[in-house]
Amino acid sequence: MADDRFTIGGTTFDSRLIMGTGGAPSLDVLERSLVASGTELTTVAMRRLDPTVQGSVLSVLNRLGIRVLPNTAGCFTAGEAVLTARLAREALGTDWIKLEVVADERTLLPDAVELLDAAEALVDDGFTVLPYTNDDPVLARKLEDVGCAAIMPLGSPIGSGLGIRNPHNFQLIVEQAGVPVVLDAGAGTASDAALAMELGCAAVMLASAVTRAQEPVLMAEAMRHAVEAGRLAYRAGRIPRRHFAEASSPVTGRALLDPERPAF
Amino acid sequence: MNISVNGEARVLAAGTTLDVVVTELTAAPSGVAAAVNETVVPRSQWPGTRLGDGDRVEILTAVQGG
Repeated sequence: MADDRFTIGGTTFDSRLIMGTGGAPSLDVLERSLVASGTELTTVAMRRLDPTVQGSVLSVLNRLGIRVLPNTAGCFTAGEAVLTARLAREALGTDWIKLEVVADERTLLPDAVELLDAAEALVDDGFTVLPYTNDDPVLARKLEDVGCAAIMPLGSPIGSGLGIRNPHNFQLIVEQAGVPVVLDAGAGTASDAALAMELGCAAVMLASAVTRAQEPVLMAEAMRHAVEAGRLAYRAGRIPRRHFAEASSPVTGRALLDPERPAF
Repeated sequence: MNISVNGEARVLAAGTTLDVVVTELTAAPSGVAAAVNETVVPRSQWPGTRLGDGDRVEILTAVQGG
């Protein structure tokens, strides 16, 4: 939607769906899924170069004209994350970094203390920092205060598909944020993405929901529609929730009818 | 001298430079970055970076993730 673009770190996008590339069964399925999703910004991870690996996710992104967003997945300390970000900048020629600093393998929940330290160091080093964070309005505010270009709260744990477990916190984060808020992690199906947008998120980031779906390409298309539908609904303004019914047909002008006749 | 490249022990001639080690892994090192002992070495400095005994070299690239 050309009239409703969104901007992160001074760059403007038409698509509000940020894709990950992890979990896809093949590069071919990944490529077709990315096309179906309409995404313009997609994450990659940084790992040791393996000369035996055939094909490259970078060549797929380059071919599709999709901007690459390196992440710091697998980092447990601020130091590891800062070094990984610097390696990504050197390798990929981008100062954008999706910052992930997790506390443990079991939950993959962000380590708030390490995350904030890393965010501050990377902003100081000239990075455009997009932090994966807890759905904590206070931490979100602090991340924005140190200069992050977006806030990316988790709806639920990475890969869980449990959706947005605390919509109220998302509303609080969106209300106070001066930078885009992006649902990151937890989306399982299209309604989760739509809900994020209805709550006022500027965009949705997801990977597993598409790459691990039974039909990844179909789910990618579903997510594209869900993000667009949710965004339109947010802009349109939903009706207030009510406890009782409110007729949509006029109350006045009804015919005076004997409720017992005609018999049937 | 003994160094570590992506976690694997290697024995190299003294004075081997970083660009040689990277080229052994990949012929076309676009999208690749290298760090020696937790410090990123810009590509332009690879030929001038002589490795020393005990150095730990990490050579990374982008893979599917996130």
